[in-house]
Amino acid sequence: MYSKLAWRNIWRNKRRTLITLASISFAVFFAAIMQSMQFGSYGRMIDNAVRFYTGFIQVHHSGYWDEKSLDKSMPERKEMIDSLRRIQSVQEVVPRLESFALASYQDKTKGTMVVGIDPEAENNLTRIKDKLIDGNFLTNEKEAVLLSEGLAEYLKIGIGDTLVMLGQGYHGASAVGKFPVEGILKFPIPDLNNQSVYMPLKTSQWFYAAEGRLTAIAFVLNNADEVEGVMQEVTAKLNLDEYEVMDWRSMMPELIQQIELDYVSGKIILYILYAIIGFGMFGTFLMMTSERSYEFGIMVAIGMRRFKMQLTILLEMILLGLSGVIVGIILSLPIIIWFHYNPILMTGDYAKAFENFGIEPIVPFSMDPSLFLNQGIVVLIMSLILGIYPVYYIQRFIVTKALRK
Amino acid sequence: MAIIEVIDVKKVYNPDEIPVEALRGVNLQIEPGEFTAIVGPSGSGKSTLLNIIGGLDSPTRGKILIGGRDISEMKESQLIDFRLNNIGFVFQSYNLIPVLTAIENVAFIMELQNVSKKERNQRAMELLEEVGIAEQYNRRPSQLSGGQQQRVAVARALASRPKFILADEPTANLDSVSTSNLLDMMAEMNEKEKATFIFSTHDQRVIDKAKRIITLEDGIIVSDVVKSNLTHVSE
Repeated sequence: MYSKLAWRNIWRNKRRTLITLASISFAVFFAAIMQSMQFGSYGRMIDNAVRFYTGFIQVHHSGYWDEKSLDKSMPERKEMIDSLRRIQSVQEVVPRLESFALASYQDKTKGTMVVGIDPEAENNLTRIKDKLIDGNFLTNEKEAVLLSEGLAEYLKIGIGDTLVMLGQGYHGASAVGKFPVEGILKFPIPDLNNQSVYMPLKTSQWFYAAEGRLTAIAFVLNNADEVEGVMQEVTAKLNLDEYEVMDWRSMMPELIQQIELDYVSGKIILYILYAIIGFGMFGTFLMMTSERSYEFGIMVAIGMRRFKMQLTILLEMILLGLSGVIVGIILSLPIIIWFHYNPILMTGDYAKAFENFGIEPIVPFSMDPSLFLNQGIVVLIMSLILGIYPVYYIQRFIVTKALRK
Repeated sequence: MAIIEVIDVKKVYNPDEIPVEALRGVNLQIEPGEFTAIVGPSGSGKSTLLNIIGGLDSPTRGKILIGGRDISEMKESQLIDFRLNNIGFVFQSYNLIPVLTAIENVAFIMELQNVSKKERNQRAMELLEEVGIAEQYNRRPSQLSGGQQQRVAVARALASRPKFILADEPTANLDSVSTSNLLDMMAEMNEKEKATFIFSTHDQRVIDKAKRIITLEDGIIVSDVVKSNLTHVSE
């Protein structure tokens, strides 16, 4: 009976309820779309960074991250890698040797980032095979290189041509080599696309005179939620005087800062939207309370306890608020679903701004259920807070005075 | 034995500012099955007395005994439960819950008493039949005339099986036909069910129908007449 009473009370002034519902739905609609876009782009940024490069977790020789030098590389210990691979939630452990070198072809030379990889393991992390636009993928057996498209264009080099590389190896040794180009990779991130050279791990160790050494071991996990647990297990297995264990957050503080900054600006808009909801709801609750004081008097007179009335009116507020949330979410869903599967493609200056941050210039919308759940929780909390006034009023009103109104 | 005993009740409003004495030492006894009208000019203290008897207001001094229990000593929550189980109310107007139908309004009070759904719906329907409004059981108050609404209010007041019913100016907003029908119906309930009715009223038609007339003036009872044998009960 109380829920029936509450539901019908909401609809006793249809026009007012519809206006209130519209204001809540409107705000929830925009909040859901805005947050979906924000979280979608954050997810994409993180995915870009994690998928294209760092992985969720990396193990290095202690001090390597601050001073990325081959002299800070670590020995490649098979038993250690196997032990790390056995940790639950770890999909793949990806060994790398990374450094820099000059790459030349005919009269062109350019500074490049050289990454020595285990081709299959690396593909499990970065899906690098999908980026191959020409030629063949690497194998451990063949001493060849993959070039990024921008670099190949700059050097005017093609499949089968020989790339000359020159750099500094481990402990100051000269690093000189000639490698046939096996394939061309296309990366959406300009930095990667303009300067990447991939070669088999063994080849890179030979090239840099760093046999049996790695600069990083990256981890492939199912999702970001598993990072903390895996970090603890990895840390427990390693001597932290010798190794450093970093998660993607600590490896990409700029990205986290950028996300946080954007999140704060989004929050301000969100608070404004919630304020719109809040004022709309409060105005309605105020009217609902004041116009029913006589009725409250009658109800207490005939034997309804005040707390039952308070529960009924709180139920009214929660029903009204959640109805608005549901309508707002239903309205926003088609748009969110559409842009989740058909991300917005940025062009022009916007695209350049994205690329400057090393991010693909697309904005997919997030369909994370917490987006919608959060809206419900916020409106529920607001209903309960705004409900303090009618609850207080019902607690304090004097029956005889109410009956005189 | 009297079901209501009003013992030396005094009520002063605004005692700390400009005191207004609404009741100045009222003594009164109501027996079961009475059909009593409390009359008097505006400001005489009728509504105050009814509110105090109904436990809606507390006396400044004196006692109210209902079935031998002193309600002036009760806490509010106790009073609410006491009213629910012992007192029926009919107010001047708009005293139904507007979003509930006639039968739901009557059943509502029984729900507060935790009566089972089946039993309360059955009794609510019986009461609506008794007050002659069964056909409109599914209508909301806004779809009923003033007289019909007051009939539903009487049915609701009877639903909790109270010791007595307090009716504060129940005919104030009714036309003469509705008033006459309502009074006939209440008189019938009084005769058949032995339901005790206490009215506060200005309405001569109610006064004509009442079996006992208590007249208040300036907060004191100036006459108390039982019509059947024209006995003067008190001063």
